[in-house]
Amino acid sequence: MIEEKLKHNIKLVKKGDQTAFEDIVAYYQNKVFAICYRMIGDKQEAEDIAQEAFIRAYLNIQSFDENRKFSTWLYRIATNLTIDRIRKKKPDYYLDAEIKGTEGLNLYAQLPAEQALPEEEVESLEMQSYIQNEIMQLPAKYRSIIALRFLDELSLKEISEILEIPVGTVKTRIHRGREALRKRLRHV
Amino acid sequence: MKCNKEMVELMHQYLDGDITRDDEQLLRSHLQSCEACQKHFQELKRTVALVTANLELKPSNDFTRNVMAQLPKEKKRMTAKRWMKLHPMLTAAAIFFILMFSGIFSAWNQDQQLSYPKGQNLIVENDTVIVPKDVVIEDDLEVKNANVKVEGEVKGDVILINGEHLSASAGKIAGEIKEVDQVFNWMWYKLKDLVESVFSLD
Ligand SMILES: [Zn+2]
Repeated sequence: MIEEKLKHNIKLVKKGDQTAFEDIVAYYQNKVFAICYRMIGDKQEAEDIAQEAFIRAYLNIQSFDENRKFSTWLYRIATNLTIDRIRKKKPDYYLDAEIKGTEGLNLYAQLPAEQALPEEEVESLEMQSYIQNEIMQLPAKYRSIIALRFLDELSLKEISEILEIPVGTVKTRIHRGREALRKRLRHV
Repeated sequence: MKCNKEMVELMHQYLDGDITRDDEQLLRSHLQSCEACQKHFQELKRTVALVTANLELKPSNDFTRNVMAQLPKEKKRMTAKRWMKLHPMLTAAAIFFILMFSGIFSAWNQDQQLSYPKGQNLIVENDTVIVPKDVVIEDDLEVKNANVKVEGEVKGDVILINGEHLSASAGKIAGEIKEVDQVFNWMWYKLKDLVESVFSLD
């Protein structure tokens, strides 16, 4: 959707025109869904959360500052909802775990991949679920970074705004997350 | 892979498009001479490629519909306004029927009294309102439930509701003569104003 049309639609939604919101949902649904899926690893749950993200966006549209980027605001809602959901599911699970510097990655290097890859060429769907499974082995805060960085190729600055963490932290997490995934996916 | 800590950092900076020219040169020349780092770099690029390709990451087809269905009901005013703009003819018809069933008939029935503008020196004889010879009506003349005879002058239209125009040779009417003598005509006549006021709203 071109920027002008998006701005126009947001104005209409703010005035109470619900149909103008439909275009916005249609345009962003794939990205929001993919971000949620990368973080939570389950399609049905990802779809529920993504829907809720759009509903929240609609309900809170008055608080959206039109001078800012809509996608940043929308993705923040989606990532926050997903993180909440992960916390509820497994309160102690990995969420705040760190991947230590390069040395700490041995932890992951030692873990054998849980499912062996079939020897023949993998179908893309299987490959995707394999990759997703490997991503799910990372702590949640790395997953959110990987989702944002590699699905929408967002800039480091945008990611820092979405997740409300400093750019330096974003960099470190991308580097560590990418390094951890390299170890898990090097044999693919 | 002993050299790699610093070099790996440069690889990540490179992959993030966040590397200085000098560092990039350093990385390039190192990669040419170090097989271990070359391998590491290839693996990182491949990882990015694997994670970036996401052919099947799509929600279900009715995703948008489901979201829209879960939104709170829109304010009625907005729905109605949009609907009326999309369907002007239906709106007119709907208003017509609403008026019809909501007592406009009784309004019509209670409205059988003769009525005409007062204070204009008009004369009433039986069922007829007469504009006398030396009288000039500056505006429209609306008369209900009576005939009209214009011997003087009317500068606007003559609107006759449930009445007839009895022509008088001497009289002068600048505008049109509109006879509205059926209940439905009368309703349409009233409706026109209403519809106009609805659509001029924005
Ligand atoms: Zn090296």
